[in-house]
Amino acid sequence: MFSKLSLMRTGAVALCMALAPLSVSAQTLSKQGDPTPVKDEDGKYFDKSGAPTYNIKPDGTVDWATYSGYRRYHAECHVCHGPDGMGSTYAPALIDSLKTMDYDHFQEVVVGGRQNVGGGNEKVMPSFGLNKNVMCYLDDIYVYLRARSDDALGRARPAKREDKTPVITATEKACLGE
Amino acid sequence: MRRLLTVTAVAACSAFFSAPVMANDGVQKLTEDPSQWVLQTGDYANTRHSKLKQIDTENVGKLQVAWTFSTGVLRGHEGSPLVVGDVMYVHTPFPNIVYALDLNDEGRIIWKYEPKQDPNVIPVMCCDTVNRGLAYADGKVFLHQADTKVVALDAKTGKVLWSAVNGDPKKGETNTATVMPVKDKLLVGISGGEYGVRCHLTAYDMNTGKQIWRAYSMGPDDEILFDPEKTMSLGKPVGKDSSLKTWQGDQWKIGGGCTWGWYSYDPKTNTVYYGSGNPSTWNPAQRPGDNKWSMTIFARDPDSGMAKWVYQMTPHDQWDYDGINEMILVDQEFDGKMRPMLVHFDRNGFAYTLDRKTGELLLAEKYDPAVNWATKVDMDKNSPTFGRPLVVEKYSTEHNGEDVNTTGICPAALGTKDQQPASFSPQTGLFYVPTNHVCMDYEPFHVSYTPGQPYVGATLSMFPAPNSHGGMGNFIAWDARKGKIVWTKPEQFSVWSGALSTDGGVVFYGTLEGYLKAVDAKTGKELYRFKTPSGIIGNVMTYTHKGKQYVAVLSGVGGWAGIGLAAGLTDPNAGLGAVGGYSALSSYTALGGQLSVFTLPQ
Repeated sequence: MFSKLSLMRTGAVALCMALAPLSVSAQTLSKQGDPTPVKDEDGKYFDKSGAPTYNIKPDGTVDWATYSGYRRYHAECHVCHGPDGMGSTYAPALIDSLKTMDYDHFQEVVVGGRQNVGGGNEKVMPSFGLNKNVMCYLDDIYVYLRARSDDALGRARPAKREDKTPVITATEKACLGE
Repeated sequence: MRRLLTVTAVAACSAFFSAPVMANDGVQKLTEDPSQWVLQTGDYANTRHSKLKQIDTENVGKLQVAWTFSTGVLRGHEGSPLVVGDVMYVHTPFPNIVYALDLNDEGRIIWKYEPKQDPNVIPVMCCDTVNRGLAYADGKVFLHQADTKVVALDAKTGKVLWSAVNGDPKKGETNTATVMPVKDKLLVGISGGEYGVRCHLTAYDMNTGKQIWRAYSMGPDDEILFDPEKTMSLGKPVGKDSSLKTWQGDQWKIGGGCTWGWYSYDPKTNTVYYGSGNPSTWNPAQRPGDNKWSMTIFARDPDSGMAKWVYQMTPHDQWDYDGINEMILVDQEFDGKMRPMLVHFDRNGFAYTLDRKTGELLLAEKYDPAVNWATKVDMDKNSPTFGRPLVVEKYSTEHNGEDVNTTGICPAALGTKDQQPASFSPQTGLFYVPTNHVCMDYEPFHVSYTPGQPYVGATLSMFPAPNSHGGMGNFIAWDARKGKIVWTKPEQFSVWSGALSTDGGVVFYGTLEGYLKAVDAKTGKELYRFKTPSGIIGNVMTYTHKGKQYVAVLSGVGGWAGIGLAAGLTDPNAGLGAVGGYSALSSYTALGGQLSVFTLPQ
């Protein structure tokens, strides 16, 4: 289950966010790149590195993925990571984590989980690799947290959003096996 | 008083029956001795009241810290220590360490028990790795670990006498609750309502750990231990398949109804009482029907497990209002007649008074005026909706449907009160209730079920009750005979600590900022406060040692309160960027794990 144990060997996780550059090169762990969308694929946006990104218009309208990510985050993640990615007494604030975590690394942690036990403050993130409610929305959760981390999106529910495109609906259904 | 009455009543019963119905004699006797604290709930009736009165309204302002103890664990510390004779037993959250401390030797550690548990259980537990404590009976200390292993420890040595496995964390089955020793059995619940676990209450042989019976919250009659003719609900037999009829398809098999709260016991009638939690999932559209018997008060025979009566408070839940809060057993005059009462402050914001012998519903009133999801509970016995809450459509997440954000629901999912137990003082006849004053927006949506994975299906955001004092909690005094609040003390944060009342006329509770507070039971006037090292979500207890009264409480912020409040809540209706409108708990306290023991100066 916890195949990414190499990533968890750090003793500095008491500082929550400090990520150990072990199996992934330090370069890819640096701050995320420019979030400006350069590609629009039926309502899903990508930055120049090809990573999913948010698209928030000046009037506050968010793309569907960001909105969906808000919902899925607050169903699957907030029980540990707190409302709006702000952290809890026992899990890190993801608005900080995302500052030092790129898309690939984010995926690795969600799929594989991570552990930091001992020291009277045991922290364990489960593997969500088999959870369709997370995996089918992984990009959505990522872009939501990316927007929160970049301070492009405030706390609370986005007030205005783009509509869900037929392609997104079809992809979602296929992923959920419906 | 209450304990004296029980004794008298048991004696009276013996005159009628050749074999008197007895509780566990040892436990019963120990709970009658106010110098000790052998159950988390103080007594079988869950009153959390002590006859001790050395510390009273006059001198409580002089309380001082007598000694402290660090548990070595930095997670949410719920429950309280026990005191049996000259030994104090302290438990911790995961990894569920148990310490036996020598009160004769300044708290020296006599023994320490630390189980080996797979840390993979940690993220399966909803809302922190809390544990609501130990129970003592017949020379044994009982621990129910996070991974659902039930352990009996020799109270003298800490040696494991037996252990039993109650569930499987890989399927989402975990434990946070205490256990209840009744007669020769140990009653044990289970958690996992957010993982689609079908939950149950199980009785183990106190001396061997052998499983005696298991009663599920939902399923076929023989698995929920119902007699269709004899198990009653609102004055009528429940009939055949009372649970199955209220579910569509096989959804009941992943139906929730978890039993993670408190258990009480009435030795006079040999009945155990407890509540069940939310039906799974949180998306009501995926589980049409009343979803019995989730959200239900159960009265069962502890010998056979058979249900005597049941009452479902929130049929077809749409808000996560678990029914697991404590059932407090008191005898009071109701409408001019002495009644054996069961008083329950539910998450759904209604306080219920029932006749605990028959299950008759006597009263159901809101114990926070902010409660708005239902206008009232229908008390008309001739009405087809008798006993049911009259739900306001605007706040019905079922009515508004999937993918619709229902706003302004009060209370929030954590309820007007969560597990933090209330106390009852026979001196005033009042209940002292730690409450939440928080509302929410709730948007249900479709989810798929994977064993061992979260199965939630709703997006929540919580905020302090609007148009009120701006705080997120109240500490109230409640009259269960009239269904009225007697006094209210507003609190900045939810009160997540169990109350203790005493014959000294004082009521104690802790706050999330970390204060231990003492108030006058009659008026709610604050008489004392002391800031402990971390936020308090533990329950206050009292005992005497060498003739001196002590008050003890665990500090260690966490639990569900540690999620929602750590970063502070925003009011979503105030628009984006309202951060800082409400203070974050993290500005007041940090992680800790400490026992603080108070007494009067020499």
